Amino acid sequence: MRCKRCRGPAVVEVRRHNAAFCKECFPGVFTEQVRKAIRRFEMFGRDDRVLVAVSGGKDSLALWDVLLDLGYDATGLYLGLGIGEYSDRSHDATEAFARERGAELRVVDLADEYGYDIPTAGREGSRSTCAVCGLSKRYAFNAAALDGDFDVIATGHNLDDEAATLLGNTLRWNTDFIARQSPLLPGRDGFVKKVKPLHRLSELETAAFAFLRGIDYVVEECPLVAGNTQLRYKEAMNAIEATSPGTKAQFFLGYLDRGMPLFAQDDVVLRPCESCGHPTTGRFCAFCRARAQVLDRRLEGPGIEEVPDEDRDVARSLSDEVMPVEIYGRTT
Amino acid sequence: MKVKLRNPDRQVDLPGGRPIREVLDELGIDGDTVLVIRDGELVTRHEQVGDDDELEVRPVISGGSR
Repeated sequence: MRCKRCRGPAVVEVRRHNAAFCKECFPGVFTEQVRKAIRRFEMFGRDDRVLVAVSGGKDSLALWDVLLDLGYDATGLYLGLGIGEYSDRSHDATEAFARERGAELRVVDLADEYGYDIPTAGREGSRSTCAVCGLSKRYAFNAAALDGDFDVIATGHNLDDEAATLLGNTLRWNTDFIARQSPLLPGRDGFVKKVKPLHRLSELETAAFAFLRGIDYVVEECPLVAGNTQLRYKEAMNAIEATSPGTKAQFFLGYLDRGMPLFAQDDVVLRPCESCGHPTTGRFCAFCRARAQVLDRRLEGPGIEEVPDEDRDVARSLSDEVMPVEIYGRTT
Repeated sequence: MKVKLRNPDRQVDLPGGRPIREVLDELGIDGDTVLVIRDGELVTRHEQVGDDDELEVRPVISGGSR
Protein backbone atom coordinates (compact mmCIF):
# COMPACT_ATOMS: atom_id res chain seq x y z
CA MET A 1 0.00 0.00 0.00
CA ARG A 2 1.09 3.53 -0.76
CA CYS A 3 0.56 6.74 1.17
CA LYS A 4 -2.30 8.75 -0.29
CA ARG A 5 -0.31 11.95 0.15
CA CYS A 6 3.29 11.18 -0.79
CA ARG A 7 3.11 7.67 -2.32
CA GLY A 8 5.65 6.40 0.23
CA PRO A 9 5.15 3.06 2.00
CA ALA A 10 1.93 3.17 4.06
CA VAL A 11 1.81 2.10 7.70
CA VAL A 12 -1.77 3.07 8.60
CA GLU A 13 -4.82 2.07 6.59
CA VAL A 14 -8.03 4.05 7.09
CA ARG A 15 -10.56 1.84 5.39
CA ARG A 16 -13.55 4.15 5.78
CA HIS A 17 -11.72 6.70 3.61
CA ASN A 18 -10.29 4.02 1.34
CA ALA A 19 -6.91 5.55 2.11
CA ALA A 20 -3.57 4.76 3.70
CA PHE A 21 -0.77 6.96 5.02
CA CYS A 22 2.94 6.71 5.74
CA LYS A 23 4.51 7.35 9.15
CA GLU A 24 5.57 10.86 8.14
CA CYS A 25 2.18 11.99 6.75
CA PHE A 26 -0.25 10.32 9.16
CA PRO A 27 0.38 12.54 12.23
CA GLY A 28 -0.41 15.59 10.09
CA VAL A 29 -3.61 13.99 8.77
CA PHE A 30 -4.63 13.16 12.35
CA THR A 31 -3.86 16.65 13.62
CA GLU A 32 -5.88 18.18 10.80
CA GLN A 33 -8.94 16.21 11.91
CA VAL A 34 -8.51 17.51 15.48
CA ARG A 35 -8.18 21.08 14.19
CA LYS A 36 -11.31 20.61 12.12
CA ALA A 37 -13.26 19.42 15.18
CA ILE A 38 -12.04 22.32 17.32
CA ARG A 39 -12.88 24.82 14.58
CA ARG A 40 -16.26 23.45 13.62
CA PHE A 41 -17.60 23.37 17.18
CA GLU A 42 -15.65 26.45 18.32
CA MET A 43 -14.40 24.35 21.22
CA PHE A 44 -11.76 26.75 22.52
CA GLY A 45 -9.34 29.43 21.43
CA ARG A 46 -5.74 30.41 22.02
CA ASP A 47 -6.60 32.41 25.13
CA ASP A 48 -8.55 29.63 26.81
CA ARG A 49 -7.10 27.47 29.57
CA VAL A 50 -7.80 23.85 28.65
CA LEU A 51 -7.83 21.06 31.25
CA VAL A 52 -7.16 17.74 29.51
CA ALA A 53 -8.42 14.69 31.39
CA VAL A 54 -5.57 12.19 31.00
CA SER A 55 -5.76 8.53 31.97
CA GLY A 56 -2.41 7.32 30.63
CA GLY A 57 -4.15 5.62 27.71
CA LYS A 58 -3.66 6.27 24.01
CA ASP A 59 -6.60 8.61 23.47
CA SER A 60 -6.06 11.14 26.21
CA LEU A 61 -2.29 11.30 25.75
CA ALA A 62 -2.71 11.63 21.97
CA LEU A 63 -5.14 14.50 22.57
CA TRP A 64 -2.80 16.24 25.01
CA ASP A 65 0.07 15.80 22.56
CA VAL A 66 -1.87 17.38 19.68
CA LEU A 67 -3.13 20.30 21.76
CA LEU A 68 0.38 21.06 23.03
CA ASP A 69 1.73 20.80 19.49
CA LEU A 70 -0.91 23.20 18.23
CA GLY A 71 0.14 25.68 20.88
CA TYR A 72 -2.89 25.55 23.14
CA ASP A 73 -2.64 26.24 26.87
CA ALA A 74 -3.30 22.61 27.84
CA THR A 75 -2.83 21.32 31.40
CA GLY A 76 -3.25 17.62 32.16
CA LEU A 77 -5.41 16.28 34.97
CA TYR A 78 -4.87 12.74 36.22
CA LEU A 79 -7.45 11.25 38.56
CA GLY A 80 -6.13 8.42 40.73
CA LEU A 81 -8.81 5.74 40.84
CA GLY A 82 -7.00 3.35 43.19
CA ILE A 83 -7.13 0.35 40.85
CA GLY A 84 -3.90 -1.25 42.09
CA GLU A 85 -0.95 -1.62 39.73
CA TYR A 86 -3.08 -0.54 36.79
CA SER A 87 -3.56 2.89 38.35
CA ASP A 88 0.13 3.06 39.31
CA ARG A 89 1.20 2.43 35.70
CA SER A 90 -1.38 4.89 34.40
CA HIS A 91 -0.14 7.59 36.76
CA ASP A 92 3.47 6.88 35.79
CA ALA A 93 2.61 7.18 32.08
CA THR A 94 0.99 10.59 32.55
CA GLU A 95 3.88 11.83 34.70
CA ALA A 96 6.44 10.62 32.14
CA PHE A 97 4.57 12.29 29.28
CA ALA A 98 4.27 15.58 31.17
CA ARG A 99 7.99 15.52 32.02
CA GLU A 100 8.99 14.79 28.46
CA ARG A 101 6.79 17.53 27.03
CA GLY A 102 7.45 20.05 29.78
CA ALA A 103 3.73 20.25 30.41
CA GLU A 104 1.87 20.85 33.65
CA LEU A 105 0.11 17.84 35.17
CA ARG A 106 -2.33 18.10 38.06
CA VAL A 107 -3.12 15.01 40.08
CA VAL A 108 -6.22 14.34 42.15
CA ASP A 109 -6.53 11.13 44.15
CA LEU A 110 -10.10 9.95 44.51
CA ALA A 111 -9.47 8.29 47.89
CA ASP A 112 -7.63 11.29 49.33
CA GLU A 113 -10.13 13.80 48.00
CA TYR A 114 -13.42 11.96 48.34
CA GLY A 115 -12.77 9.06 50.70
CA TYR A 116 -13.17 6.04 48.42
CA ASP A 117 -11.53 4.30 45.49
CA ILE A 118 -13.17 2.62 42.50
CA PRO A 119 -12.74 -1.02 43.60
CA THR A 120 -14.46 -0.12 46.90
CA ALA A 121 -17.22 1.73 45.06
CA GLY A 122 -17.79 -1.29 42.83
CA ARG A 123 -18.18 -3.53 45.88
CA GLU A 124 -20.19 -1.24 48.13
CA GLY A 125 -22.42 0.73 45.76
CA SER A 126 -25.54 -0.25 43.87
CA ARG A 127 -24.22 0.98 40.54
CA SER A 128 -21.90 -0.99 38.29
CA THR A 129 -18.20 -0.29 38.77
CA CYS A 130 -17.97 1.44 35.39
CA ALA A 131 -21.03 3.59 36.12
CA VAL A 132 -19.73 4.86 39.46
CA CYS A 133 -16.27 5.33 37.91
CA GLY A 134 -17.73 7.48 35.12
CA LEU A 135 -19.81 9.47 37.59
CA SER A 136 -16.78 10.03 39.83
CA LYS A 137 -14.61 11.14 36.91
CA ARG A 138 -17.15 13.64 35.59
CA TYR A 139 -17.60 15.12 39.06
CA ALA A 140 -13.89 15.26 39.89
CA PHE A 141 -12.95 16.73 36.50
CA ASN A 142 -15.57 19.45 36.84
CA ALA A 143 -14.53 20.19 40.43
CA ALA A 144 -10.86 20.43 39.43
CA ALA A 145 -11.68 22.68 36.47
CA LEU A 146 -13.73 25.00 38.67
CA ASP A 147 -11.05 24.98 41.33
CA GLY A 148 -8.30 25.77 38.83
CA ASP A 149 -10.35 28.37 36.96
CA PHE A 150 -10.12 26.51 33.65
CA ASP A 151 -12.28 27.53 30.68
CA VAL A 152 -12.88 24.09 29.26
CA ILE A 153 -12.40 20.36 29.97
CA ALA A 154 -11.18 18.26 27.03
CA THR A 155 -11.57 14.49 27.04
CA GLY A 156 -10.14 11.86 24.68
CA HIS A 157 -13.43 10.29 23.58
CA ASN A 158 -12.96 9.01 20.04
CA LEU A 159 -15.32 8.08 17.19
CA ASP A 160 -15.68 4.50 18.42
CA ASP A 161 -16.58 5.69 21.94
CA GLU A 162 -19.19 8.08 20.63
CA ALA A 163 -20.70 5.66 18.11
CA ALA A 164 -20.97 2.94 20.77
CA THR A 165 -22.60 5.33 23.24
CA LEU A 166 -25.04 6.57 20.62
CA LEU A 167 -25.88 2.97 19.73
CA GLY A 168 -26.57 2.14 23.38
CA ASN A 169 -28.69 5.23 23.92
CA THR A 170 -30.61 4.56 20.71
CA LEU A 171 -31.28 0.93 21.60
CA ARG A 172 -32.83 2.19 24.83
CA TRP A 173 -34.32 5.36 23.27
CA ASN A 174 -32.69 7.45 25.97
CA THR A 175 -33.77 10.58 24.14
CA ASP A 176 -32.44 12.96 26.81
CA PHE A 177 -28.96 11.47 26.51
CA ILE A 178 -29.19 11.32 22.71
CA ALA A 179 -30.05 15.03 22.59
CA ARG A 180 -26.96 15.88 24.63
CA GLN A 181 -24.41 13.68 22.87
CA SER A 182 -22.57 16.58 21.32
CA PRO A 183 -18.78 16.98 21.13
CA LEU A 184 -19.36 20.33 22.82
CA LEU A 185 -21.39 20.82 25.97
CA PRO A 186 -21.51 24.51 26.86
CA GLY A 187 -20.71 25.57 30.40
CA ARG A 188 -23.58 26.63 32.62
CA ASP A 189 -24.54 27.05 36.26
CA GLY A 190 -21.42 25.49 37.76
CA PHE A 191 -20.67 23.10 34.92
CA VAL A 192 -17.48 23.85 33.01
CA LYS A 193 -17.64 23.56 29.20
CA LYS A 194 -16.72 20.06 27.98
CA VAL A 195 -15.34 19.13 24.58
CA LYS A 196 -14.29 15.98 22.70
CA PRO A 197 -11.80 17.00 20.00
CA LEU A 198 -11.06 13.39 18.91
CA HIS A 199 -14.66 12.55 17.99
CA ARG A 200 -13.83 12.39 14.26
CA LEU A 201 -11.02 9.84 14.76
CA SER A 202 -11.26 6.09 15.32
CA GLU A 203 -9.51 4.10 18.04
CA LEU A 204 -7.21 2.62 15.43
CA GLU A 205 -6.20 6.11 14.34
CA THR A 206 -5.57 7.40 17.88
CA ALA A 207 -3.54 4.28 18.69
CA ALA A 208 -1.52 4.63 15.47
CA PHE A 209 -0.94 8.32 16.15
CA ALA A 210 0.22 7.65 19.72
CA PHE A 211 2.55 4.90 18.51
CA LEU A 212 4.04 6.98 15.69
CA ARG A 213 4.56 9.92 18.04
CA GLY A 214 6.46 7.66 20.43
CA ILE A 215 3.97 8.12 23.24
CA ASP A 216 4.49 5.46 25.90
CA TYR A 217 0.83 4.86 26.75
CA VAL A 218 -0.67 2.12 28.89
CA VAL A 219 -1.70 -0.70 26.56
CA GLU A 220 -3.34 -2.91 29.14
CA GLU A 221 -7.05 -2.59 29.76
CA CYS A 222 -8.63 -1.67 33.08
CA PRO A 223 -8.95 -4.96 35.05
CA LEU A 224 -12.46 -3.98 36.19
CA VAL A 225 -13.88 -3.48 32.70
CA ALA A 226 -14.74 -7.12 31.87
CA GLY A 227 -18.33 -7.47 30.69
CA ASN A 228 -18.77 -3.74 30.29
CA THR A 229 -21.80 -2.87 28.16
CA GLN A 230 -19.90 -0.22 26.21
CA LEU A 231 -17.46 -2.88 25.03
CA ARG A 232 -20.30 -5.04 23.73
CA TYR A 233 -21.66 -2.12 21.72
CA LYS A 234 -18.19 -1.49 20.33
CA GLU A 235 -17.92 -5.12 19.28
CA ALA A 236 -21.30 -4.89 17.57
CA MET A 237 -20.27 -1.74 15.72
CA ASN A 238 -16.95 -3.33 14.73
CA ALA A 239 -18.75 -6.37 13.31
CA ILE A 240 -20.78 -4.09 11.03
CA GLU A 241 -17.74 -1.94 10.21
CA ALA A 242 -15.74 -5.01 9.12
CA THR A 243 -18.03 -5.58 6.15
CA SER A 244 -19.23 -1.98 5.69
CA PRO A 245 -16.32 0.39 6.36
CA GLY A 246 -17.54 3.85 7.26
CA THR A 247 -20.68 2.78 9.11
CA LYS A 248 -19.47 4.11 12.48
CA ALA A 249 -18.63 7.50 11.02
CA GLN A 250 -21.91 7.67 9.11
CA PHE A 251 -23.79 6.76 12.28
CA PHE A 252 -22.18 9.27 14.62
CA LEU A 253 -21.10 12.10 12.32
CA GLY A 254 -24.39 11.73 10.44
CA TYR A 255 -26.17 12.05 13.78
CA LEU A 256 -24.33 15.31 14.48
CA ASP A 257 -25.30 16.69 11.06
CA ARG A 258 -28.84 15.45 10.70
CA GLY A 259 -29.99 13.59 13.80
CA MET A 260 -29.19 15.84 16.74
CA PRO A 261 -31.47 18.70 15.63
CA LEU A 262 -34.41 16.27 15.82
CA PHE A 263 -33.93 15.66 19.54
CA ALA A 264 -35.06 18.57 21.67
CA GLN A 265 -33.14 19.29 24.86
CA ASP A 266 -35.19 19.98 27.96
CA ASP A 267 -34.27 23.20 29.71
CA VAL A 268 -33.32 21.62 33.02
CA VAL A 269 -33.45 23.92 36.05
CA LEU A 270 -30.37 23.48 38.22
CA ARG A 271 -29.76 24.39 41.85
CA PRO A 272 -26.85 23.80 44.24
CA CYS A 273 -26.51 20.34 45.78
CA GLU A 274 -27.25 20.70 49.51
CA SER A 275 -24.17 18.66 50.35
CA CYS A 276 -21.43 19.91 48.01
CA GLY A 277 -22.87 22.93 46.20
CA HIS A 278 -22.39 21.53 42.71
CA PRO A 279 -25.33 21.93 40.32
CA THR A 280 -28.11 19.37 40.39
CA THR A 281 -31.84 19.12 39.80
CA GLY A 282 -32.66 17.55 43.18
CA ARG A 283 -31.61 18.14 46.80
CA PHE A 284 -28.38 16.19 46.45
CA CYS A 285 -26.31 15.56 43.33
CA ALA A 286 -25.80 12.05 41.97
CA PHE A 287 -22.16 12.06 43.01
CA CYS A 288 -22.95 12.87 46.66
CA ARG A 289 -25.67 10.23 46.71
CA ALA A 290 -23.37 7.59 45.26
CA ARG A 291 -20.56 8.60 47.61
CA ALA A 292 -22.81 8.46 50.65
CA GLN A 293 -23.90 5.00 49.63
CA VAL A 294 -20.35 3.79 49.09
CA LEU A 295 -19.17 5.23 52.40
CA ASP A 296 -22.33 4.08 54.16
CA ARG A 297 -22.90 7.57 55.47
CA ARG A 298 -25.90 9.85 55.64
CA LEU A 299 -26.34 12.84 53.37
CA GLU A 300 -26.91 16.10 55.18
CA GLY A 301 -26.53 19.65 54.04
CA PRO A 302 -23.76 20.60 54.12
CA GLY A 303 -21.63 17.47 53.92
CA ILE A 304 -21.79 13.78 54.56
CA GLU A 305 -22.08 12.55 58.14
CA GLU A 306 -21.74 9.27 59.96
CA VAL A 307 -25.02 7.43 59.80
CA PRO A 308 -26.63 5.80 62.82
CA ASP A 309 -27.39 2.12 62.40
CA GLU A 310 -31.13 2.70 62.22
CA ASP A 311 -30.77 5.13 59.31
CA ARG A 312 -28.49 3.09 57.11
CA ASP A 313 -31.06 2.80 54.40
CA VAL A 314 -31.31 6.57 53.87
CA ALA A 315 -28.38 6.79 51.52
CA ARG A 316 -29.60 3.79 49.57
CA SER A 317 -33.07 5.24 49.03
CA LEU A 318 -31.58 8.59 47.99
CA SER A 319 -29.34 6.85 45.50
CA ASP A 320 -32.38 5.61 43.61
CA GLU A 321 -33.35 9.14 42.57
CA VAL A 322 -32.60 10.45 39.11
CA MET A 323 -28.98 11.17 38.25
CA PRO A 324 -29.01 14.83 37.26
CA VAL A 325 -25.26 15.23 37.12
CA GLU A 326 -25.42 12.96 34.14
CA ILE A 327 -26.90 15.74 32.08
CA TYR A 328 -23.24 16.16 31.29
CA GLY A 329 -22.92 12.92 29.46
CA ARG A 330 -23.14 9.26 30.18
CA THR A 331 -21.69 6.09 28.88
CA THR A 332 -24.12 3.23 28.70
CA MET B 1 6.95 -16.60 13.03
CA LYS B 2 6.41 -15.43 16.61
CA VAL B 3 3.28 -13.40 17.34
CA LYS B 4 3.01 -11.53 20.62
CA LEU B 5 -0.57 -10.93 21.70
CA ARG B 6 -1.62 -8.48 24.42
CA ASN B 7 -4.29 -8.25 27.14
CA PRO B 8 -3.38 -10.78 28.39
CA ASP B 9 0.21 -11.02 27.14
CA ARG B 10 0.99 -14.29 25.40
CA GLN B 11 2.93 -15.59 22.41
CA VAL B 12 2.01 -18.00 19.62
CA ASP B 13 4.09 -19.52 16.81
CA LEU B 14 2.51 -19.50 13.35
CA PRO B 15 3.77 -20.12 9.81
CA GLY B 16 4.84 -17.04 7.81
CA GLY B 17 5.04 -16.56 4.06
CA ARG B 18 1.66 -14.86 3.79
CA PRO B 19 0.04 -11.45 4.27
CA ILE B 20 -0.65 -10.25 7.80
CA ARG B 21 -4.39 -10.23 7.18
CA GLU B 22 -4.27 -14.04 6.81
CA VAL B 23 -2.42 -14.32 10.12
CA LEU B 24 -5.08 -12.15 11.78
CA ASP B 25 -7.85 -14.21 10.17
CA GLU B 26 -6.30 -17.36 11.58
CA LEU B 27 -6.23 -15.76 15.02
CA GLY B 28 -9.83 -14.56 14.63
CA ILE B 29 -8.78 -10.93 15.01
CA ASP B 30 -10.49 -8.03 13.23
CA GLY B 31 -7.69 -6.03 11.60
CA ASP B 32 -9.45 -2.73 12.39
CA THR B 33 -9.13 -3.41 16.11
CA VAL B 34 -5.36 -3.88 16.39
CA LEU B 35 -2.06 -2.28 15.58
CA VAL B 36 0.45 -4.69 14.06
CA ILE B 37 4.07 -3.89 14.87
CA ARG B 38 7.14 -5.50 13.27
CA ASP B 39 10.67 -4.53 14.28
CA GLY B 40 9.35 -1.46 16.05
CA GLU B 41 7.43 -0.25 12.99
CA LEU B 42 3.73 -0.21 12.23
CA VAL B 43 2.70 -2.35 9.27
CA THR B 44 -0.58 -2.67 7.41
CA ARG B 45 -2.44 -5.94 7.04
CA HIS B 46 -1.32 -6.13 3.41
CA GLU B 47 2.35 -6.61 4.31
CA GLN B 48 3.89 -10.02 3.76
CA VAL B 49 5.46 -11.70 6.80
CA GLY B 50 8.19 -14.31 6.84
CA ASP B 51 8.87 -17.29 9.10
CA ASP B 52 11.59 -15.37 10.96
CA ASP B 53 9.48 -12.30 11.67
CA GLU B 54 8.29 -11.30 15.12
CA LEU B 55 5.00 -9.43 15.30
CA GLU B 56 3.22 -7.65 18.11
CA VAL B 57 -0.55 -7.52 17.76
CA ARG B 58 -1.73 -4.70 20.02
CA PRO B 59 -5.46 -4.14 20.66
CA VAL B 60 -6.75 -0.61 20.28
CA ILE B 61 -10.16 -1.02 21.90
CA SER B 62 -10.59 0.68 25.23
CA GLY B 63 -13.73 0.37 27.24
CA GLY B 64 -15.40 1.29 30.45
CA SER B 65 -16.90 4.54 31.50
CA ARG B 66 -15.00 7.76 30.97
